[in-house]
Amino acid sequence: MQKNLSEKELKKLAPEIRSKIIEILEKAGSGHCAGPLGAVEIYLSLYFGGILNYDPHHPDWPERDRVVVSNGHYAPLLYIILAYAGFFAKKELETLRKISSPLQGHPHRLSLPGIETSSGPVGEGLSQAVGMALAAKMDKKKYQVYCLMGDGEQQCGNTWEAVMLAGKHKLDNLTAIIDRNNIQIDGFTENVMPLEPLKEKYESFNWKVLEVDGHNISEIISALKAARSIFVKPVVIIAHTIPGKGVNFMEWEYLWHGKVPNSKQAEEALRQLRRMKGKINSELD
Amino acid sequence: MLNNKIFLNPKIFSPDVPRKASRDGFGEGLVVAGEKNKNVVALCADVTESVRMHLFRDRFPKRFIELGIAEQNMIGVASGLAASGKIPVVGSYAVFSPGRNWEQIRTTICYNQQKIILVGSHAGLNVGPDGGSHQALEDIALTRVLPFMSVVIPADAIEARKAILQAVDYPTAVYLRLARAKSPLITTEKTPFAIGKSQVFWLPEENFSGITVIACGYLVFEALKAAQELEKEGISIAVINNSAVKPLDEELILQWAKKSKAFVTVEEHQITGGVGSAVAEFLVQNHPLPIYFMGMKDSFGESGTAKELISKYRLDKEAIKEKVKEVLKFT
Repeated sequence: MQKNLSEKELKKLAPEIRSKIIEILEKAGSGHCAGPLGAVEIYLSLYFGGILNYDPHHPDWPERDRVVVSNGHYAPLLYIILAYAGFFAKKELETLRKISSPLQGHPHRLSLPGIETSSGPVGEGLSQAVGMALAAKMDKKKYQVYCLMGDGEQQCGNTWEAVMLAGKHKLDNLTAIIDRNNIQIDGFTENVMPLEPLKEKYESFNWKVLEVDGHNISEIISALKAARSIFVKPVVIIAHTIPGKGVNFMEWEYLWHGKVPNSKQAEEALRQLRRMKGKINSELD
Repeated sequence: MLNNKIFLNPKIFSPDVPRKASRDGFGEGLVVAGEKNKNVVALCADVTESVRMHLFRDRFPKRFIELGIAEQNMIGVASGLAASGKIPVVGSYAVFSPGRNWEQIRTTICYNQQKIILVGSHAGLNVGPDGGSHQALEDIALTRVLPFMSVVIPADAIEARKAILQAVDYPTAVYLRLARAKSPLITTEKTPFAIGKSQVFWLPEENFSGITVIACGYLVFEALKAAQELEKEGISIAVINNSAVKPLDEELILQWAKKSKAFVTVEEHQITGGVGSAVAEFLVQNHPLPIYFMGMKDSFGESGTAKELISKYRLDKEAIKEKVKEVLKFT
């Protein structure tokens, strides 16, 4: 698939990706629903919005941009995006979480092309992205490092250790994107362990913070472009999203964090998504 | 007698034998490694001089990363650097690394198969006056249980120097366990050293069928002194410097198990999960024989000098001699 689809095309694609998430998770019988459904526009914008530099036929191409997925439970979405991008065949998606499948429950670097790092335990991705960004600086390489994070892992001390180091080294080749969907396993983030004011926290560590509506593709793409042109500071894009986006009984329902639909629920979810072709609205639409 | 085929220091038992900590040998070796391979980078978490990484930092300032007191981040950053073609050498006190950041090591280094060299200095009781909080006595267990992680314990500064140079080219991640305290230089530049290979440092009399002592690190010297004194008393033992904890030098261990009545293992580590356990896991499946473990018996250390501590916790020359005699009584 092309790397620079128009916004219109991306919008159209979003419900198809969401349907795939439902389908493969139902087949897998376990996994995470709400987060991946909410982050579809973020991933589409990054991989197909003309931002990311990659070659699915040469996944180890040294000049490629790096994508570190810190919240490994977004694996279903990542796998679908990688399959659409041509890193491997789409039919592999059906093997998610099955024995001997390269599509492990959480991403395993050595099992699939296009995966920069294994993840699952959260709060560790940003450190690795910082390491990659530091290496790029040492070697005067031009690639950009993207780190996709959840909001729950903003509670991890490890995350803030990495935030501090990126600020110290003024890593302008690093862009973090936080999927601010407000939910985690035990409930809403602000009840479990408040994160706000998140923007000010990052700013105080010498980061540039951009906030976007995480379902508005045009906003996401302009923020990602802006991030590449901001020098002297690492950039974090806080993307406000709705967990479970597109399926009414999953939206804002934190119990769907680590749950998958049964066949009846999946049928209903797919019916909703089919009817919504291109009609997933952001706050700004 | 000392194994004269491997060029051990002939002055080993003289009172003026040079003493040096293994961390010093490591620090010097790291600079050489950096000169040989431009991909070698070093990371430290606020204990740079203690871990002797300042030598590398001063020589290659652009290849040194100071993390501050953030050992978890240090591992993730090292993983990212390794993913980008670097060979990160990651240093701290063993209590903090692999102590504080074990899961990061598991996920981002081992599960990910990103090669780093993990340097745990200040391991064991020889840390001394800083006390039990700072004496890592669990780090061997923590590292040797991890797939893609090899474990090396140099017996002196010269071995530590060789170990870091070899670790750079070794195919897996390597944990290098270092001591804070100075100890006699047992080996020489000519003594062979390889990751995965251990060596007999003290050979028993011919037609031996007695006790083999398996020691590592700072305590190898104590075992050699014990062997020397026991010989004078007419008791002949073998002493293996078990620098290769993982992979274990199975061939050597098996060879000496077949010649011995029993093994005595001695380490500055909990008996559970340490070097003795590694030897026992192998032998029980291949050549069962009685093994007696000397180490920490499910307890922490405390303040004191290194000498006082290894004496109090029964790991010194006297304790080894006593244990050998005791074992001889019932085998």
